Amino acid sequence: MVDMIIHLLLVCTMPPLLLGIIGKSKAAFAGRSGPPYLQSYYDLARLFRKGMVLSGTTTWLFRAGPIITLATTLAASLLIPLGNHPPPVSFQGDMILFAYLLALGRFATILAALDTGSSFEGMGSAREATYACLTEPTLFFSLIVLARLTGSLSLAGMLTGPLGAVWATSGASLLLLVAALFILLLAENCRIPFDDPTTHLELTMIHEVMTLDHSGPLLGCVQYGAALKLFVLGAFFIQIALPLRSGDGMTDWGLFIASMFLLAIVIGTVESTMARLRLTRVPQLLIGGSILSAFALLLILR
Amino acid sequence: MNSLIDQLLVLVMLLNFLGLATSRMHLAIRTVAFQGVILGLLSGITHSLTLHLALITGGIIFAKGFFIPWLLFRAMRRVEIREEVEPFLSHTATLLLGAIATALAFAFAAKLPLIPEHQGLLFVPAAIATIITGFLVLTTRKKAITQVIGYLILENGIFIFGLLLSEVMPVMVEAGVLLDLIVGIFVMGIIINQISREFSSMDTSRLTVLREEQ
Repeated sequence: MVDMIIHLLLVCTMPPLLLGIIGKSKAAFAGRSGPPYLQSYYDLARLFRKGMVLSGTTTWLFRAGPIITLATTLAASLLIPLGNHPPPVSFQGDMILFAYLLALGRFATILAALDTGSSFEGMGSAREATYACLTEPTLFFSLIVLARLTGSLSLAGMLTGPLGAVWATSGASLLLLVAALFILLLAENCRIPFDDPTTHLELTMIHEVMTLDHSGPLLGCVQYGAALKLFVLGAFFIQIALPLRSGDGMTDWGLFIASMFLLAIVIGTVESTMARLRLTRVPQLLIGGSILSAFALLLILR
Repeated sequence: MNSLIDQLLVLVMLLNFLGLATSRMHLAIRTVAFQGVILGLLSGITHSLTLHLALITGGIIFAKGFFIPWLLFRAMRRVEIREEVEPFLSHTATLLLGAIATALAFAFAAKLPLIPEHQGLLFVPAAIATIITGFLVLTTRKKAITQVIGYLILENGIFIFGLLLSEVMPVMVEAGVLLDLIVGIFVMGIIINQISREFSSMDTSRLTVLREEQ
């Protein structure tokens, strides 16, 4: 019961903090002091107080988009185990639900962007849909590999189970998996080198371009949803990359939070040391990620 | 020990993918060089250490990892080859083909009637995958120098096969192969020079054109 409350509390409050840490580590690399850690919370509070401007050409789809995205991401966050604790909801085959909840959220964002009728947002939607097609194989190959290695069909069994022992026996394929999932994590959350979340250069935007017409609370939903998605996929990644187990419940929570902070710092480092990829090179890297995870599968099937 | 060998062979196969995916000439040459060094190390740790083996290991690491890349870099500087790799088939397509070839290599190796002590190892699939990758690079790249790189990857694949036999392979044969390789690279270097002087371009697809450059 206590674990479940902590789970919900973390899911609701921690995501914007990760963005703050990423921002701080990028600022540290650039030699600036950067925005405060809680800046994302202030931004969200400001957005939710504001009014909304809705374009006359939009329909209910436009208003539903951010809300559906946020709702599906929240639902997905209930399926993912944090640290060594079982998630609130878990059943056989919930990994498929997890994958498609995230896909449904993306679908709603794309629909909302198309609903504005702007050709610019249509371009962003086309890009987002293309990249989604290329990242989905990575996620599923990874899930198959994990299912095969741990012998479990639920996320809880895969991620809280004997992953430490699996690292000892088939470390090579797990290492490939970690590399592939890191590509997935950066691509799905529109981070550099795939997409720049702060850019306003029209021709290179992917995710940002789809949310140009949203304002006020809806924009707040979009931003909070994006942070939550980073948190959910980050937790998934951390569970595989750093399966730290202490045995004690509270220490495990502490370990989990510390490793999420570490992940945020790593993402900040990648963002400050890498340049954004040329748009035509992005699919190549995404396919490379799929191939890495397929190769991991090949290694364990042998 | 076997697991270390397997990890190294996995690394060799990942380098195959890198060689297929990269569009930078320098990176492609370094990939092949790194692959050569790994193969040298592999030949060192696969069998128990003897003088014969130490010679082979040292020779291979020197030739594949340092001397041949140096020759290639020198050829690049001399002829002022542009950094970009120009493929006939897109990088993404060749990368996918390489991945399919690797999967097929695993399937094929499982069907081969190997002797029991080679059964569980990655040697045979890695060798086949590397050979096919070499063929892919050879056939899908335009410039003569990238074809040399393809040839080197192909040779690395054959070398992995040879590792299974290195106990009975005399050092002379090994040295002969390396010598052939280096002479081959030399000849290719001269040909590249020649092509660039005659046609003012390294594009091998121009070689089939009969008319003079207009």
